Amino acid sequence: MSLSRLSSRSNLIPRPLSAAISRLISTDTTPITIETSLPFTAHLCDPPSRSVESSTQELLTFFRTMALMRRMEIAADSLYKAKLIRGFCHLYDGQEAVAIGMEAAITRKDAIITAYRDHCIFLGRGGSLYEVFAELMGRRDGCSRGKGGSMHFYKKDASFYGGHGIVGAQVPLGCGIAFAQKYDKEEAVTFAMYGDGAANQGQLFEALNISALWDLPSILVCENNHYGMGTAEWRAAKSPSYYKRGDYVPGLKVDGMDAFAVKQACKFAKEHALKNGPIILEMDTYRYHGHSMSDPGSTYRTRDEISGVRQERDPIERIKKLVLSHDIATEKELKDMEKEIRKEVDDAIAKAKDCPMPEPSELFTNVYVKGFGTESFGPDRKEVKAALP
Amino acid sequence: MWGILGRRAVVNGGISASSLRSRVRSSSVSARSYAAAGSKEMTVRDALNSAIDEEMSADPKVFVMGEEVGQYQGAYKITKGLLEKYGPERVYDTPITEAGFTGIGVGAAYAGLKPVVEFMTFNFSMQAIDHIINSAAKSNYMSAGQINVPIVFRGPNGAAAGVGAQHSQCYAAWYASVPGLKVLAPYSAEDARGLLKAAIRDPDPVVFLENELLYGESFPISEEALDSSFCLPIGKAKIEREGKDVTITTFSKMVGFALKAAEKLAEEGISAEVINLRSIRPLDRATINASVRKTSRLVTVEEGFPQHGVCAEICASVVEESFSYLDAPVERIAGADVPMPYAANLERLALPQVEDIVRAAKRACFRSK
Repeated sequence: MSLSRLSSRSNLIPRPLSAAISRLISTDTTPITIETSLPFTAHLCDPPSRSVESSTQELLTFFRTMALMRRMEIAADSLYKAKLIRGFCHLYDGQEAVAIGMEAAITRKDAIITAYRDHCIFLGRGGSLYEVFAELMGRRDGCSRGKGGSMHFYKKDASFYGGHGIVGAQVPLGCGIAFAQKYDKEEAVTFAMYGDGAANQGQLFEALNISALWDLPSILVCENNHYGMGTAEWRAAKSPSYYKRGDYVPGLKVDGMDAFAVKQACKFAKEHALKNGPIILEMDTYRYHGHSMSDPGSTYRTRDEISGVRQERDPIERIKKLVLSHDIATEKELKDMEKEIRKEVDDAIAKAKDCPMPEPSELFTNVYVKGFGTESFGPDRKEVKAALP
Repeated sequence: MWGILGRRAVVNGGISASSLRSRVRSSSVSARSYAAAGSKEMTVRDALNSAIDEEMSADPKVFVMGEEVGQYQGAYKITKGLLEKYGPERVYDTPITEAGFTGIGVGAAYAGLKPVVEFMTFNFSMQAIDHIINSAAKSNYMSAGQINVPIVFRGPNGAAAGVGAQHSQCYAAWYASVPGLKVLAPYSAEDARGLLKAAIRDPDPVVFLENELLYGESFPISEEALDSSFCLPIGKAKIEREGKDVTITTFSKMVGFALKAAEKLAEEGISAEVINLRSIRPLDRATINASVRKTSRLVTVEEGFPQHGVCAEICASVVEESFSYLDAPVERIAGADVPMPYAANLERLALPQVEDIVRAAKRACFRSK
């Protein structure tokens, strides 16, 4: 498989690669079968097999992409502390396997919608590091031109519909996208992602009911990282078996720290949803950071718990072990890859820091698609007015 | 092009202003004796139904969703016949789950469809208001133009008759305060057709505030308005009746009351100019201010609660832009500042009546009796 095809799939692999690594990645699709670390637990369906078809190339791509996502989130942490990122910043480190496993199972015609912990999903859908950092820092070249911020990344051409700040709202929206996919006969599905905190929202059940009634190809993905902000799942949910919450809707519980389990589950879910309507996937995952950058993340859970997960279940470490045990790369090669990733991230940040802020006139753009020249006003309406195009 | 259509509509409206008034009074009697030779009439209900029908026919992406819109033929029969004509793939009966189905509608619009979501009344839209505001209105802005939301939220708004406090609120002010939304309020059948067709074609989210008591009212309608390409411009008010002494602005059902008030005022030598806002957001400040600069006096009328209402915005706009033209303080006539009572006499006291508008206009003209 050529490098260029890889690059078109994801622009995460930069052009000047060390010879060793390009050799590795272009070592084509030698098939490998990986066993998931845990079995799937099923509700009202037969779970898929634990044997996941993969390849050398996929393993390396998984490693590289997850390491990139990890590095990006850690860098965002530093930028936030340096006050270059303002407001809210919800980091995904620890949960990378969900983003990467899902992408491996689907196409860009399948849609994804998520809440505010969206940086890595955006990257997985083909977004660039530069767009991410520029948006986080509120610059003109951000993916939402600086007008959205951390919680509002979108990439419509890759069927990524955001980026939503209201907990739970993205689930009915995702079912609506699935509705449109069915209406237009697209043979595609929508993954509506939400957390264990959002799982208790009423609108979820309303959307699930309608999805089941109308056979919509919606896949509800609960990223259960066990804490809804500071509230542990056992304090928020009478029944924390989120994969069973659909009642009449089938569900699957998945080890969300295992990218291959995620891939298998998403593949299974897509096939199911296209034929039989909605299905719930519960990804058992974990976030190392607190809920957001304003939350230290250690007042409601012990540091031992966090380091325990990091040691036992870290998704990148798992892939690394697999890469090494299958002799796909050496420790040194992987370290070199990590160094390159660091550099890539640093370069993107430097470039984003140089990017100017949006023009003041951007205050008044995109309020409407068709503004008919209506007037809009700044705080002092006699000083600042604009005609909305 | 739309501007020209708008002006012709003004002329039509002007000619039949008096016949309009008598039609409003005798709603179920089609007063054919008033009709000019060859002119047609249409109820607001039929106007809305025909507008949705035509837009569904023209664009396969348009679909209807809401409670009882399909098999029941519509709670107020606005969507009558559409299920039979277009089938269950275009007309969807939903469960009673506003938050869920509104979210689904907005998501469908994200993905390029054109939903027409019906709220049985706008009181129930409060259960879905997060989706209207946060998911629909703000998306184009937050995504810097990537995600636009071509959705219409429609249904009856404001007071009906005897339905009590939870079923009588007017939401015009709430929705019209939100940038990113367009808020329309038709009065006549022509308004209903032209504005709803424009709303469905519009690429932005539109809140379309109808009025249950107007559904059965018949209005004269021109050939032009019956054409399937007929659209009214969004953001433009209509001068229903020209005058020179005082400007009365209002929307929806109150337009009929304002026209009656104008008749009464004319008997006393006061010439009132009645403006039918049609569009609450964008608000046609230009037309309102031009009128006030002509008359020097303003009475704004609405059915909804007075505090922070549409009238308050209009008063502010006029005071800011046309202060030196005003010869009298601006006057506001609005619904009473109480939840809507049930008893018929109290309900009448809670809503603006023609005599309230007349009294306010006289005050503005410094004629207290």
